[in-house]
Amino acid sequence: MNAETLGAVRRFLPQIVALFAILAINTAVFPGFLDITVQNDRFYGSLIDILNRGAPVALLAIGMTLVIATKGIDLSVGAVMAICGAVAASGVAGGGSVAMAVTTALVVGVACGAWNGMLVAMLGIQPIVATLILMVAGRGIAQLITEGVILTFNNEGLAFFGSGSIFALPVPVLLWIGMGVLVAFVVRRTALGLLIEAIGVNRRAATLSGVNSHVLLITVYMISGLCAAIAGVIAAADIRGADANNAGLWLELDAILAVVIGGTSLLGGRFTLLGSLIGAMIIQSINTGILSSGFPPEFNLIIKAVIILLILVIQSPALRTFVVFWRGPKEEVFDKEQSAP
Amino acid sequence: MKSRYLPLAATTAIFLIAYALCYAQFPAMLSTRVIGNLLTDNAFLGIAAVGMTFVILSGGIDLSIGSVIAFTTVFIAVVLANSSMHPLAVFALALVITTLFGATMGAIIHYLEMPPFIVTLAGMFLARGMAFVLSTDSIPIAHEFYSVLQSLYWRMPGGGRLTLIGGLMLLVFLIGMVLAHRTRFGANVYALGGGVATARLMGVSVGHTTICIYALSGLLAGLSGIVFSLYTTAGYSLAAVGVELDAIAAVVIGGTLLTGGSGFVAGTLLGILIMGLIQTYIIFDGTLSSWWTKIVIGVLLFVFIFLQKGILWATSRNAAALENAHGR
Repeated sequence: MNAETLGAVRRFLPQIVALFAILAINTAVFPGFLDITVQNDRFYGSLIDILNRGAPVALLAIGMTLVIATKGIDLSVGAVMAICGAVAASGVAGGGSVAMAVTTALVVGVACGAWNGMLVAMLGIQPIVATLILMVAGRGIAQLITEGVILTFNNEGLAFFGSGSIFALPVPVLLWIGMGVLVAFVVRRTALGLLIEAIGVNRRAATLSGVNSHVLLITVYMISGLCAAIAGVIAAADIRGADANNAGLWLELDAILAVVIGGTSLLGGRFTLLGSLIGAMIIQSINTGILSSGFPPEFNLIIKAVIILLILVIQSPALRTFVVFWRGPKEEVFDKEQSAP
Repeated sequence: MKSRYLPLAATTAIFLIAYALCYAQFPAMLSTRVIGNLLTDNAFLGIAAVGMTFVILSGGIDLSIGSVIAFTTVFIAVVLANSSMHPLAVFALALVITTLFGATMGAIIHYLEMPPFIVTLAGMFLARGMAFVLSTDSIPIAHEFYSVLQSLYWRMPGGGRLTLIGGLMLLVFLIGMVLAHRTRFGANVYALGGGVATARLMGVSVGHTTICIYALSGLLAGLSGIVFSLYTTAGYSLAAVGVELDAIAAVVIGGTLLTGGSGFVAGTLLGILIMGLIQTYIIFDGTLSSWWTKIVIGVLLFVFIFLQKGILWATSRNAAALENAHGR
């Protein structure tokens, strides 16, 4: 194992340990949890199911990570999912081609992101407020497109995005992994990631040192819109229908949670896409574990709340000050702080 | 006119113009029956929105109120179904629990220095989860005291009914106004919204005020839950989903700055009434679909945020101009 991988493993150790602990508990409670079988040239099993069901949250978490890195937040992703699912479904229900329907949905998603980005960048509105507008109005718009009913369709081409498989893996899994690799490659192999972090740490300083913060902010929100659009198409394709009321409901909160669990601070700056994706899988493992182990699903929310609180306490600035104070001002502590990124 | 009154004036103008337009189309809209229903139907939302106004004035946010409302309704229904306690005692117990719940969130926000958004998000999951654990079914409430409370109303001239819960909402708004504008606590809340560092330098006890604000929000969410259980005569853990968003929207439409420090409790009442008016208009019209409510509220939100930005920009330019003139 080379130094780089070792560093990554050490950095994500808490998340990886949490993920494996949850999977271990699941296996203990539900024997056969780790079994993977091949049927009809496709993998089946609980692990594959976690990867597959976690696709929408993982996709949203990719866009949300970048937005949170700029010290923003995107509350509208759930509503954008509903809009884009409705657009795709109404496209094929109206007799259009699948490529056309999906392209329109993606364009609409990017446009929604551009709207959010413009409110944040140009008008200087707080992100939580700017995206609240689309969060409230978005479901209304989605219902306008579906005309208030669950718009069902019978198009194998579009359904492929939800239930199809390539190389024995479900399409949603490939989509979120592909999108994650693509975005990570673009932001980490260019200076873009660094510039996004600069905006998050201090937008004014970044602008003064020559970062085009307007364009960058709008782009980041557009990426978030694009991710939400793909998630919306998957959600609609999965149930072969667009449900304007329930598609993506509260998923923005799960996505924010995934990002926070992954180790990205809500205060902006340093971000990690890999961490967010692991976070999304942790959330889905908890959901699947609770469902398959026969544990009452009522406890799902309480367990989630306790996990958020634990992670927040660990991340909280007050506790860090306390720990530093308690250990005394040893150099070791500061070294760790600085070598973390 | 002072610029801080401008958002409130704009809200009042929009409300009056909207009501006039509705009246022109449906003269029955001005009857006390419609007004009475408007107050009754929005009572639980209004009470919760008063708490939200204080939280937002202090520069925070409380996402947990919808879940706390649901928890309160389920708690009341379960306790009433399984014990012989009097509803008033159950109400008191529920209010104590929700107030402590809010105070705990405030303490976490203050002592662990965590953003209110994420702490109250955890609170939202926790309260909803507790409601699920108590019961996942909709439990009807069949206590005779409930029918007594529901039959209490004051007949307004014109045949409209001001019900107990409608009147309670108006009373909460009145107390909220006094609390915000005539007490030291209110002044502290505004100071906190203006900036935590400046508030601390002014001698405001930041921790105490923060905890009190979230405790108040919890208390009013609990009261809102009691009102909701009176309104629906049932306890249901999936009730009141998304009420926090409606409350935030009402506060913003009411002209309160989401960055905190500026706004009026009375504005929130107007915000609630505008949102209720949109729904009433859609019911009167009959051909419009219910989803237009969400779109219109979204548009209103945008208009008000845009207006507030304009005012802030204009005042900061004036201040800068004054400073320049003074400097020379």
